[in-house]
Amino acid sequence: MNPRLSPTHCGTMFRAVFRLSATGARSLARSRPCYSAPSATRCYSHGKVETDEEFDARWVTYFSKPDIDGWELRKGMNTLIGYDLVPEAKILDSALRACRRLNDLASAIRILEAVKDKAGPHKDIYPYLIQELKPTLSELGISTPEELGIDKL
Amino acid sequence: MALLYCHDTAIYIQTTIVFEVRERNKRDYFLSQGLKNKNLDCILLEQLVPKATLPVSVHPEVAGSVDMSQPLYWDRLDTPLPDRAYKEVLTAADKSLKQKEKGPWSQLSKEEKIALYRVTFRQTYAEMKQPSAEWKTVMGGVFFFLGFTGLVVWWQAAYVYPERPRTFTDEWKAKQLKRMLDMRINPIEGFSSKWDYEKGQWK
Repeated sequence: MNPRLSPTHCGTMFRAVFRLSATGARSLARSRPCYSAPSATRCYSHGKVETDEEFDARWVTYFSKPDIDGWELRKGMNTLIGYDLVPEAKILDSALRACRRLNDLASAIRILEAVKDKAGPHKDIYPYLIQELKPTLSELGISTPEELGIDKL
Repeated sequence: MALLYCHDTAIYIQTTIVFEVRERNKRDYFLSQGLKNKNLDCILLEQLVPKATLPVSVHPEVAGSVDMSQPLYWDRLDTPLPDRAYKEVLTAADKSLKQKEKGPWSQLSKEEKIALYRVTFRQTYAEMKQPSAEWKTVMGGVFFFLGFTGLVVWWQAAYVYPERPRTFTDEWKAKQLKRMLDMRINPIEGFSSKWDYEKGQWK
């Protein structure tokens, strides 16, 4: 069980990746406590621990591949959704642009649905992410599931 | 290597050829490549092998034989993008939509976007997360079988168990207790230590 430590930077509301911790919600409205604690997807007793920034950068790079193919997109998204976190806006931005390169609007909408589901009981994460992604969504012409009405039955 | 059975003769064909000609419309190619002799009455390997991915109109729940060697489609909350799109066989309308998808997405109407979504996916997340009434069936079944077990237990008590031994009567138990006290069973810390022998009562 990976202990989820709070990201760095007191005062700033959002930092790196949103970790979904079993101990409770970290509401975006609350400011972060100020201690430096690198979060990792793995806990090693030895070896370097990957920081949130490195994790984000790695995934942004993955989806930014210019000739990314459908399999890689699917694999990347399914893996990312498998992690115990909600991906940062910049990772999702990169993934949505990958969908654009692949001419796959359906997957782009699906990604937004998946991210909303991933946030679980933390209802404020998804609206924040949509707010952050608004420029990308309007640039690429992606409608959110809410705009299309498919978020309801 | 795939085995093709034809009467008594077995013709061995490279597996790669079989996979290439899996679709029915390539049967002629297969015949022309593999079999020059038209008199051979052969069972094509593709008929021995379970059907390929079910056609679009068939619901995945239908118990047909699914070809597990092909990528499958499934709706899962933790797998947003399954191995293949839901609809593989596209209507002309779908095909034209797919063409339009290659252009700017802002030019697509809401209905078109929803149609594109439905081509690739069967259920939305909301539909996947729909609660079902299955729990009522489960609880009903549980209580039913508990009730049935209760009936069985009662019947056993009424018709199967032999008579109660006489040692269970109050009279016998009183005599037994007196005997135990007279014998001084566990007089230090146990049974008889709880009895006050002077006063003839429990302490």
